Amino acid sequence: MPKDGGIGASSKRREDVRFLTGVGNYTDDINIHGQAYVFFLRSDMAHGTINSVDTSAAAGMPGVVQIFTGADFEAVGSIPCGWQVTDKHGEVMQEPRHPVLAHGKVRHVGEPIAAVVAETLEQARDAAEAIELDISELPAVVDMKEALKDGAAKVHDDLNNNLCYDWGFVEENKAATDAAFEAAAHVTTLELVNNRLVANPMEPRVAVGEYARGTDEHTLYTTSQNPHVIRLLMGAFVLGIPEHKLRVVAPDVGGGFGTKIFHYQEEAFCTFAAKACNRPVKWTSSRSEAFVSDAHGRDHVTKIELALDGDNNFTALRTETYANMGAYLSTFAPSVPTWLHGTLMAGNYKTPLIYVNVKAVFTNTVPVDAYRGAGRPEATFQLERVVDKAARELGVDPVALRRQNFITEFPYATPVAVEYDTGDYHATMDKLESMIDRDGFAARRAESEKNGKLRGLGVNCYIEACGIAPSNLVGQLGARAGLYESATVRVNATGGLVVMTGSHSHGQGHETSFAQVVAEMIGIDENMVEIVHGDTSKVPMGMGTYGSRSLAVGGSAMVRATEKIINKAKKIASHLLEASEGDIELKDGAFSVAGTDKSVAWGDVTLAAYVPHNYPLEDIEPGLEETAFYDPSNFTYPSGAYACEVEVDPETGKVTIERFAAADDFGNIVNPMIVTGQVHGGLAQGIGQALLENCSYDENGQLLSASYMDYAMPRADDLPMFDVDHSCQTPCTHNPLGVKGCGEAGAIGSPPSVVNAVVDALQSAGKDVTHIDMPLSPDRVWAAMQ
Amino acid sequence: MYNFEFEKPETVADAVAALAPEDAQALGGGQTLIPTLKQRLASPTTLVSLKGIAEMQGVCKGDDGSICIGGATNHATVAAEAGDYPALAETAAHIGDPAVRNRGTIGGSLANNDPSACYPAAALASGATIVTNSREIAADDYFQGMFTTALEDGEIVTEVRFPVPEKANYQKFVQPASRFALVGVFVAKYSDGVRVAITGASNDGVFRWAEAEAALTANFAPEALDGLSLSGDDMISDLHGTGAYRAHLCNVITKRAVTAAA
Repeated sequence: MPKDGGIGASSKRREDVRFLTGVGNYTDDINIHGQAYVFFLRSDMAHGTINSVDTSAAAGMPGVVQIFTGADFEAVGSIPCGWQVTDKHGEVMQEPRHPVLAHGKVRHVGEPIAAVVAETLEQARDAAEAIELDISELPAVVDMKEALKDGAAKVHDDLNNNLCYDWGFVEENKAATDAAFEAAAHVTTLELVNNRLVANPMEPRVAVGEYARGTDEHTLYTTSQNPHVIRLLMGAFVLGIPEHKLRVVAPDVGGGFGTKIFHYQEEAFCTFAAKACNRPVKWTSSRSEAFVSDAHGRDHVTKIELALDGDNNFTALRTETYANMGAYLSTFAPSVPTWLHGTLMAGNYKTPLIYVNVKAVFTNTVPVDAYRGAGRPEATFQLERVVDKAARELGVDPVALRRQNFITEFPYATPVAVEYDTGDYHATMDKLESMIDRDGFAARRAESEKNGKLRGLGVNCYIEACGIAPSNLVGQLGARAGLYESATVRVNATGGLVVMTGSHSHGQGHETSFAQVVAEMIGIDENMVEIVHGDTSKVPMGMGTYGSRSLAVGGSAMVRATEKIINKAKKIASHLLEASEGDIELKDGAFSVAGTDKSVAWGDVTLAAYVPHNYPLEDIEPGLEETAFYDPSNFTYPSGAYACEVEVDPETGKVTIERFAAADDFGNIVNPMIVTGQVHGGLAQGIGQALLENCSYDENGQLLSASYMDYAMPRADDLPMFDVDHSCQTPCTHNPLGVKGCGEAGAIGSPPSVVNAVVDALQSAGKDVTHIDMPLSPDRVWAAMQ
Repeated sequence: MYNFEFEKPETVADAVAALAPEDAQALGGGQTLIPTLKQRLASPTTLVSLKGIAEMQGVCKGDDGSICIGGATNHATVAAEAGDYPALAETAAHIGDPAVRNRGTIGGSLANNDPSACYPAAALASGATIVTNSREIAADDYFQGMFTTALEDGEIVTEVRFPVPEKANYQKFVQPASRFALVGVFVAKYSDGVRVAITGASNDGVFRWAEAEAALTANFAPEALDGLSLSGDDMISDLHGTGAYRAHLCNVITKRAVTAAA
């Protein structure tokens, strides 16, 4: 029986009432009396030396409040990077200065050079056009391998070269891995590109800075997934504002997908300028600006090799990846191709030896950072592609080859430094096979062929690591942040609760699912629980939402805080019931004495806490409010098996997805409807990457796909009805909810099965095609067939 | 967007007068012009909307049986009311999305002559007559390369007359991002021969494929196109396909249009 509330119920998303009726409160909805507008003059050149920025004519234009250039920020800190990677020689990565406004050089198209604050946006734009720029163009560094050659132009003159780091993982395994390749019965090699993407959340980025002169307090309203992180990075490292004088608010946020994790120049600028101009200062990104200023995702070039013995057991895996950092290090950029990627290379398989090499490269392009999945899609794609290729080379069933090499015993310590706590890869594969009617595929293929089409079936597995943790470990790995989460549970006198969580909801439905958890623990109606997030003045220091961590880490903090509430409430109840605390049971919102019919309602206990007339004041404080910080002891490891069935039009190369099935293991599930929606969204983005999305630069560093005229986003009619299952559940062993996280799985797990299916379709027609780089657009598929 | 004056005349004569100043610009549905203005890539002093001119609105039937469409008629209206020329109505029904179809006009599309737009293929394949405030222009003379037409400055497309063919069809293979035509082929069979017009493919904008027309005039069947090919050398080559790919698609999509029309 489906539940009608609490954990396991498909409660309707309460936040949708405001989102769907147009009464949300997004950052662009915030308008403050006296507000001025900023327009950023951005570089249209990928690489150049700034000789001069002459603002004299612009300064006299109507409505101009003040114009800023890079020189105004010389005394201001660099936009910081939150992760320091140590390379294979033990050297720390090369880390360039990242100015708020370009100074000395421009390093990518879209980099802000000057900022005009004016009474209206149009006046700011008019004045920006009157700024005279003298920039000498330099050769652009675009291709990563070219960037590393001797004599290549340097993106940063003060660094040794364009190599951010050369990372080896696990370096101690390298010799043994190489030896295993020497001894292998079969080696499958694949070179591939993981295509660069633009995140494109529906809501573009917005920042509003405000300064209160009377109290010296700064407020930044911003489209962020983690307002506390922004407060720390911007306050401590860029502007030098102590946290008690800086409030960061991320109100309703319309999608993030990673690109709203990072601290951006525009946030620092609006905060800085609000004080400098003594005016609130607002910036709203246009969609065109978003293409050249939001951090991009993916952009790896990889060679992967898989060694197998004579019985088709995987014996070793070796990869070499070039990872594009863009022109500057965005907040978590260095971690993505390393600790979020190398650690996942075991996948679902008991490959005993793995060596991963990653060269991170500076280029004259927009910075690249985490995008839904962040490193894990890149790992999954190459692994599941090379396994599929191996199966084809060996003439064995791709599912059977995977099953043969599955990890089956847990906990399992991989050769890439992580320990999977639970999982059942055969179970998700069994479930998948029951969903896809594999036996009927031959008939479906014959039907397609009758219509002149080729049909292919592609399958893949995935493993991901969510809820990045624990803090002391990630600190050793180079994180300059902790990765705990916080929650404060405030119970009101009449029994309603407000939960202030450091997790941030920007589409995930936390306000619904988090309330379900707390309501379940106490046994009250969900509507008695309100979730508050996104405001550093209300919520204890929290780390925000990314890496599918919110329920696993933020939810666990909330559970811990609620447990403290319940423990205290039991003490109050035991006093009211004149019974021993150990005999008090909480069920369905009432405290009762075990074995008796004596009970007291939740609301009577909470009232007593705040009107403590009959109350053990000598033993416990009045009030009912508790805070918990939760630091996870391990990652969580969701896993699954996906299948894609495509039709290819051999005359045009057009790929149509006919069927798509996903069998996921997310551990325990709080709201199945929300989980299904998260998987649907992830699949749409993964399929978008596989078939449509292509962020492409020309050799001069000009972005070719700089608008929706050329950047293809997935539309509803590009996608089939998804068949999604999450009934396979091996609960996480180390968090109190047994949850694993579901936000990124679809985007991680779907690209390889799409490509595997297209290769299967083309090979069915006798085409000698073993790989096509994403996106599998019609022209690429057609060209591969020629 | 820069500031501009806005006028909305009610007659063609008033519109012509309003367009006399050098920097005045006619505005149809604005589906290309407004985004251009928003990006500050154009700075007309005056925008002259043609939407208020009653005589430029609607679909009617001419004495010779042709379909006459007012220059300011939007695509949705053509889709709904040009049923006497089904292939034309179908073409209009698949331009852009509903918002585009309820704003964009046939006159605006033909005046702009985007190399990937649908209407130029329909007009050229139909041998349509482009009627302006001052003259009538045969489609064969009207299209003069991408974004280039026979229109003089300030000349307004008031009406487009389409002779109705015996059989016709438009097939559009879309560019995945914009969903404009990567290659769009309009095939129209008249009693005196077949016309084939292709949009999306060529660096010179919409063009007629003479060899295909001859072959199809002899035999209006897809097989008639076997062995025919266009060179990709002068075709558009971009992120979405090479010239060779577009040239290949021209043949494939023409065959599909013929199959659908036959």
